[in-house]
Amino acid sequence: MSNTDQAIYSLNRSDVWSGFKRLLPISCFVAVFGVAFGLAATQVGLNNSAIMLMSASVFAGASQFATLELWGESVSLIPLIVAVFFINARHLLMGASLYPWLRHLPPFKRYGVLLVISDANWAFSLQAFNRGESGMGVLFGGGIALWLFWLLGTWLGLAFGNVIQNPTMLGLDMVMACFLLAMVVGGQKDFRILVIWTIAAVSSLLAYRYLPENSHVVVGALIGGIVGVFWKEKRA
Amino acid sequence: MNLEISTSYPFIIILIMAVVTLATRWGGVLIMSYVPIGDRVQRFINAMSGSVLVALLAPIALEGDNGARLALLTTAVLMLTVKKPMLAIAAGILVAALFRQYIA
Repeated sequence: MSNTDQAIYSLNRSDVWSGFKRLLPISCFVAVFGVAFGLAATQVGLNNSAIMLMSASVFAGASQFATLELWGESVSLIPLIVAVFFINARHLLMGASLYPWLRHLPPFKRYGVLLVISDANWAFSLQAFNRGESGMGVLFGGGIALWLFWLLGTWLGLAFGNVIQNPTMLGLDMVMACFLLAMVVGGQKDFRILVIWTIAAVSSLLAYRYLPENSHVVVGALIGGIVGVFWKEKRA
Repeated sequence: MNLEISTSYPFIIILIMAVVTLATRWGGVLIMSYVPIGDRVQRFINAMSGSVLVALLAPIALEGDNGARLALLTTAVLMLTVKKPMLAIAAGILVAALFRQYIA
């Protein structure tokens, strides 16, 4: 391996710092979602320390919103695990796509960097690696920026949330549903995906009606996924 | 589906969420170091990650009040036209608020 190759795979402090700065603008955007999450979390009755701990340790917005949707007197274990796993399953693909570069890091660093992998820093990092530059700094430093701003946003959100009296009249009960919908609609869209979503929606509604409580998430996701396996997309 | 965790113990629920999420963050690289992720699995994950959100949303759209439905419709339309998530979400919430204050 030549010296330039070594540089691509290494993780040094100045790279991490410049990656941190590079993702600051996007991080501000993430903070706004954090505010929305903090607000929504106070509406279901979570206490402040639990909300902050969730944002710090889970650090995956859509799955956190989805958990609030399942929140009640109690939470069913299987739907919780399935929802969180399925919503975050894209991390599996993100990690796998960076494997050719991450494999050069020692295991401790490799899995350390992966602690903060999320959509934005992954996308920037993969782009950099594909151009033959090092994406380690933006992956790790950028990830830290995203994490910090997610926490900051959450904290602001719960500060607001605790002073609001009648959230439903202000439409705040719709924060998470609108957020999740924006994620769905903003994603990849073609005829195949639309059919898969329709099938997922119909099976979810049927399960919601006829099967035990909260099984609709599992049923809809699994059936959608299975249709996806058997219906191959056309290669562009 | 009957294993229930009381929300009086939120930290147990959060711990489970954190462990599951970490498994997804580490899993891709861990699996790749043994076997490459194949086409089928990739298609399954792609199709399923959108489906889980749709499955969560469908009952909200069906069972919610008209304010909720209008909010979702507004967010969807704005995501398709203007494509700015924050704007689409904010407008959806605003529509629900206005509808409930003045019409419902």
